[in-house]
Amino acid sequence: MYFDSFSDFLAMGGYGFFIWLAYGLTYLLLIGLVAYCFWEVKAFRQHIQQKLARAQRIKQYQEADQP
Amino acid sequence: MFKWLHPLAKPEILYHFCGRLLPWLMGSAVLTLLFGNIWGLAFSPPDYQQFDTVRIIYIHVPSALLSMATYTIMAIAAFTALVWQIKVVQWAVLAIAPIGAVFTAIALLTGMAWGKPMWGTWWEWDARLTSELILLFLYLGVIALAGAFSDRQTGTKVACLLALVGFVNVPIIHFSVEWWNTLHQGASITKFDKPSVHPSMLWPLLISLLGFYLLMLALFCVRLRTAILQNEQHRPWVKSALGGQ
Repeated sequence: MYFDSFSDFLAMGGYGFFIWLAYGLTYLLLIGLVAYCFWEVKAFRQHIQQKLARAQRIKQYQEADQP
Repeated sequence: MFKWLHPLAKPEILYHFCGRLLPWLMGSAVLTLLFGNIWGLAFSPPDYQQFDTVRIIYIHVPSALLSMATYTIMAIAAFTALVWQIKVVQWAVLAIAPIGAVFTAIALLTGMAWGKPMWGTWWEWDARLTSELILLFLYLGVIALAGAFSDRQTGTKVACLLALVGFVNVPIIHFSVEWWNTLHQGASITKFDKPSVHPSMLWPLLISLLGFYLLMLALFCVRLRTAILQNEQHRPWVKSALGGQ
């Protein structure tokens, strides 16, 4: 550890604002990207499952209608 | 190698292949990225000229290198997609573009946060910065073009063309610091010379670089799987692949 204390670590020798700005933006974007990629998968799964369920319902009603 | 590669052109096999790789890639990406970044932030020494601002290098250099590496992969995929008309490779071009765009944005933003304390300015229209900004616009152009046509097939083809033509920018970015007088410094890590960075900073940098690389591959797997599902949604295998979950 190159810092004496935690507040030293946050201050980064007076450059804290720029360093934490850079890291903050980086992780904000990375986490956003990861979340977006997984959200896409989830949304598509739901879409497909809804479609399959709908096809199932239509089939059921059609069968029920037939004498 | 071709014998091994050939079955992966089949969407179903590629989908399951990516699915098997994904947890390993994602797990190792998060671990190496955090390990490299924490080492760089807390346990590596400050620079004798740049003091603590040098710690931005552990995200700036990996994201900048990855922005170019990702574009190279995208351009190779675009070439393959245009010449051999392989469907999954066309989807791969569109799957990887947003990942590269985010890495490029990170490289630009971290560079700005580094430039302000060291150069005294957030932005300068110098060769390296400008060419990297053009790379961001190329990524956005590929994404936008793919969605700009009512016929998806045409959109994908045009996006592939732009991705391929835009590759000319990658060597320009790489050599910009040598060809022009720039504010940006030259390369610190080169393949052929001994690196000019001390091991105490080089190791966290290389580990962070590996972390970014693994993250790119992991997200590529996720996006490619989604693209395969979307394009193959009427095939029976998709139903059985999704039915279990």
